[in-house]
Amino acid sequence: MTTSVPDPSERHQRREHALMLALVSPALLVILMLIVLPVGWLAWQSVYHDGFTLENYRRVFTEDIYWRSFALTFEISLAVTLIALLLGYPVAYLANSLPKRWGILVLSLVVLPFWTSVLVRAYAWLALLQRTGVINQFLRYLDVISEPLALVHNTFGTVVATVHILLPFMVLPLYATMQKIPNDLMQAGASLGASPSLTFFRVFLPLSLPGVLAGCTMVFVLCLGFYITPELLGGGRTVMVSMLVSRNVELYNQFGAASAVAVVLLLSVLAIFFVVSRFISLDRVLGQK
Amino acid sequence: MMNTKRNFELGCALLGVLALGGTAADAAEQITFVSQGGAYQQAQTVAILDPSAKKLGITINQDSIPDAWPAIKTQVGSGKPIWDVVDTPTGNCLRGGEQGLIEKLDFSKIPNGAAMPEAYRSPYSVSYEFYSSVLAFSQKTFPKGAPNSWADFWDVKKFPGRRALRNHPFATLEAALMADGVAPDKLYPLDVDRAFKKLEEIKPHITVWWTSGAQSAQLLNDGEVDMEMAWNGRVSAVAKEGAKVSFTYNQGILQSTSLCILKGAPNLDTAVKFLNEAVDPVHQANLPLQIDYGPGNPKAFETNVIKPERAAQLPSEPANAAKQALMSYAWWSSPAGEAAEKRWASFMQK
Repeated sequence: MTTSVPDPSERHQRREHALMLALVSPALLVILMLIVLPVGWLAWQSVYHDGFTLENYRRVFTEDIYWRSFALTFEISLAVTLIALLLGYPVAYLANSLPKRWGILVLSLVVLPFWTSVLVRAYAWLALLQRTGVINQFLRYLDVISEPLALVHNTFGTVVATVHILLPFMVLPLYATMQKIPNDLMQAGASLGASPSLTFFRVFLPLSLPGVLAGCTMVFVLCLGFYITPELLGGGRTVMVSMLVSRNVELYNQFGAASAVAVVLLLSVLAIFFVVSRFISLDRVLGQK
Repeated sequence: MMNTKRNFELGCALLGVLALGGTAADAAEQITFVSQGGAYQQAQTVAILDPSAKKLGITINQDSIPDAWPAIKTQVGSGKPIWDVVDTPTGNCLRGGEQGLIEKLDFSKIPNGAAMPEAYRSPYSVSYEFYSSVLAFSQKTFPKGAPNSWADFWDVKKFPGRRALRNHPFATLEAALMADGVAPDKLYPLDVDRAFKKLEEIKPHITVWWTSGAQSAQLLNDGEVDMEMAWNGRVSAVAKEGAKVSFTYNQGILQSTSLCILKGAPNLDTAVKFLNEAVDPVHQANLPLQIDYGPGNPKAFETNVIKPERAAQLPSEPANAAKQALMSYAWWSSPAGEAAEKRWASFMQK
């Protein structure tokens, strides 16, 4: 049979595609106007100031402070990601193994802090962690310590607060992945005589790895750009890359010096996404499919 | 930064409305005046802006932005500035003048400014108000025998306790040099190497390097630090709330904001008239009745508007000013000053 006659279903499909394109075009336009063009303009400014120049990049790659900030930012992001994974995995596991209604309750407790501003949460951590804060006073009351501990105005305080803020980005992809692991597999493992821990490590954990990777990527990448939390809780010593961006606007009085830093950070993020995409479909990271 | 950006966007939106309103309004003289917002701008409105508008018969449109510098650059760069007069840290007026972003002032048209001492004005600006970076301390930690100089602040044996400094070289380098024995009136040009060397000494004992005035106030209020450098208005505000804190003007670093006019300002003549009126001694004397800042024009203290008890609390009152160092914005906007500013970042991250 030849199909020289246009297939009605194909025509229908094409019309549907056109319709979809028309429907998403306002969103595409907004993204173009508000993201693509400004980011392009930013990148352009980093290489063009009264003529073409690589001065801004020379500075980023030769001056010590940039290297130190990038290293510190990656260290903090790595620490935050690992802690968030260690804290988030059991939570997601619990939410997954509870009856649906209770699972959702656990998840909503995780998501609840989302509705409080990052700024407010930073100050809340200050109230908890500072010298006269709740934790130090309680420990002194118990006579556990004689001198208050330095819990904030350093990297430690920054990491604690950042983990708190980013935890939902770890738990949600983990939960979504765990939901799709058929319970039958665990039962099959048990029926073959495996202990619960063996089925967990041999069956459940490997199947949940895409969620682990997705959660870790989200948390790591978001953490790279953190600004308010290190600014308020870092005591001035914890200088992350985003803080260099704002500092450079003040110091060099031109956006190019700052945008070069932003461009390098953006490229690092894209590189991370590229590496991750070799292992797992990006849909999983972004869309939590 | 978030806040700054939002304010800036809001400012732009408001400006748009103002500009529209401007074209629709009749030919009555008007200017757009920009300051830093908040309680400070409110205080000026009562003390200086409304009375000046009334006296000159002009309309003063107000806008506010925490850091005017990027906007000055963008507006003048675009060739069509919207603002006329800006109240901004004096250093911005100076480097703006050098970069052709700020109008040179004709002091023959600004008699109030011409009558001010030379240290209080530049070819591009006149001082508008004074504040001071002072040594503040907790009275709980130091009921008596409080630290009274930067040498005391640096003396961690005699004055144990937690300390904070501003995460910025302005005033901090000056304090370090005074701690090292340089007299307040012999600071400039700053010996930058010596200042950073002295700062290295105190660095391990600094708990927090604060970045915003609000943060410095919180540190003192919560007892997070026992002594710190802070702006006088922030300390007195915390004290007014009932915290047991105080400060000394001794070896304070007197800083100012100044008024300057954008190059190519849309209402240049009216702007000059306003600038003269704004530093009128009586208007200036009314400012400290509203807020804890000193008048930019020292003649304000001769008007009898400010009561002696009140004057004694102000940073630029002559007796207080005599104990302090007057910041040289000319030095800070010089190449040596800019180099010191850049060096700060590597000092902090070492």
